[in-house]
Amino acid sequence: MTPISYFLVLSALLFAIGVLGVLIRRNVIVMLMSIELMLNAVNLAFIALGRQVGSIDGQVIVFFVITVAAAEAAVGLGIVIAVFRNRATVNADELNLLRW
Amino acid sequence: MTPLNLTTIDFSWLAILPLIALSVGAIVVMLAGTRVDDEDSAALGFIVLVALLAAFLLTMFELGQNTAAFRGSLAVDDYAVFFEVIIIIATALTVAMSLEYAADAGLAGAEYYALVAFAALGMLLMAAAGDLIIIFLGLETMSIAVYALAGFIRRDAKSNEAAIKYFLLGAFSTGFLLYGIALLYGATGSVRLTAIHASIAARTAVNPLLLLGLGMLLIGFGFKVAAVPFHMWTPDAYEGAPTPITAFMAVAVKLAAFAGFLRIFFTSLDPLATEWSPVLWALAVLSMTAGNVIALVQSNIKRMLAYSAIAHAGYALVGMAAANGREAGGAVLYYLLAYAFTSLGAFGVVVALDRGAESHAQIDDYRGLARDHPGLAAAMAVCLLSLTGVPPLAGFVAKFYVFAAALNAGFTGLVIIAVLNSVVSAYYYVGVIVAMYMREGGVAVESMSRRPGLLISIAVGVAGVIALGIYPQPYMGAAVNAFASALGRPALHAVSMLP
Repeated sequence: MTPISYFLVLSALLFAIGVLGVLIRRNVIVMLMSIELMLNAVNLAFIALGRQVGSIDGQVIVFFVITVAAAEAAVGLGIVIAVFRNRATVNADELNLLRW
Repeated sequence: MTPLNLTTIDFSWLAILPLIALSVGAIVVMLAGTRVDDEDSAALGFIVLVALLAAFLLTMFELGQNTAAFRGSLAVDDYAVFFEVIIIIATALTVAMSLEYAADAGLAGAEYYALVAFAALGMLLMAAAGDLIIIFLGLETMSIAVYALAGFIRRDAKSNEAAIKYFLLGAFSTGFLLYGIALLYGATGSVRLTAIHASIAARTAVNPLLLLGLGMLLIGFGFKVAAVPFHMWTPDAYEGAPTPITAFMAVAVKLAAFAGFLRIFFTSLDPLATEWSPVLWALAVLSMTAGNVIALVQSNIKRMLAYSAIAHAGYALVGMAAANGREAGGAVLYYLLAYAFTSLGAFGVVVALDRGAESHAQIDDYRGLARDHPGLAAAMAVCLLSLTGVPPLAGFVAKFYVFAAALNAGFTGLVIIAVLNSVVSAYYYVGVIVAMYMREGGVAVESMSRRPGLLISIAVGVAGVIALGIYPQPYMGAAVNAFASALGRPALHAVSMLP
């Protein structure tokens, strides 16, 4: 059986890629994708850890996370569309009406 | 693997009836919305108010029960009731403020009130959560609804921008929180708060997975309660959102986040207090100092109150960092209660001047307010003095309790920094009062007699500020009792904190 540490390292790497994506990329839609990557990295950790501790909770949580992520993406894309209609841009650096 | 046993889910109507009342109310609003013209949408607000009243009455049945339902997933204790009552009141006042504002600003529609009700539902879940999954679900139910509410003025570029910034950073922080939950689950083998406590308390060696999970949870909750350095979204989201929603975010959302934060850290992670207390110390100092200093230079009152909200989260964290006893925890709860009423009153006045389309949210717009509208100016002055911490108002008593608790716990340095910060904050709070009473100018404010909902909200906020300041004992007793119930131990020293 593959040791649990493999899964946890993979999950940590995916999570780190997601965090970097949010911090570095300026396109709001790419940032949204990076956030989804973070949540899916957590899902992987939940499944691996659930297997290790021997309870079903970890796998049940993943269903909740997938559902919540879908709802979040729906609302997030709705907001992106509203922004694009008014500003014709989805670049985070150009959304600078509000500062200080 | 242990099979999932559906016959022993430990069903309890008591625990979920308030939640059912709210969700039924929200669904009725959405259905009724198809039959109601947008101009008449205030009627939909009344449906939410009725649902909130029902939830309030059903919550009161939980008082003194101090039990758990659904095999520990939901706590039915005084701690949950304490936060649920404040959240329900804050939501009701938000709806009352919105009744006239929504029509003026073109926010009318069933979705607005339904989203407020669904957000409140998530907040109640957070207050009553007995395990990490429920905290996550409550947090997301609340957050997703509030993301949409922040951007509700669809044609306003500022509102769009507030929503996108709030959404991106909110979802980003959710990722951290969830990763923290996963690691905690892996390290302790459970998502139940009580089981996590038992597992950590029984542990001899320090588990790196556990500490990493703790750190991730701190980052996640740091974002949600808007503590520096995780506060970047706060001023933008508060400024751009419709003003009643700003009040909702500053009060109800913040209290719900603190409800989950306090519950996790004091009921299941308290054996690790030596690890997290210094982190909270640093977050408290940063939040108070950065919040107050940046608030000094603000010209927009919503932005100033946003930085003030960050500073006040810092004061609450002072109590949390020092809370190794239940009096200190009670002081934090009392602080949040006082902050809730004070902020609601202050934002009520901001809503009164802000007429949606033509936003009068600059501090200069408050010049001469006392001459034309002495009542509004007096209400604002009372709330701002309470935020400063002037006796005999709620803010003073709350700060006194928190600082006294921190001193008792030996956090002298932290209290000195907090008191210095209170002095700094007086400058910008009093600046608004000076503008209202001693400067000439002013903008036309629509008569309050035509806006009864808003008038009631401001009156309730101010009444709370004065009542909590003049006669704090019963509320402090309730706060100490609530905190003790979350710890599952009776309040032994409930009286010792009282002056």
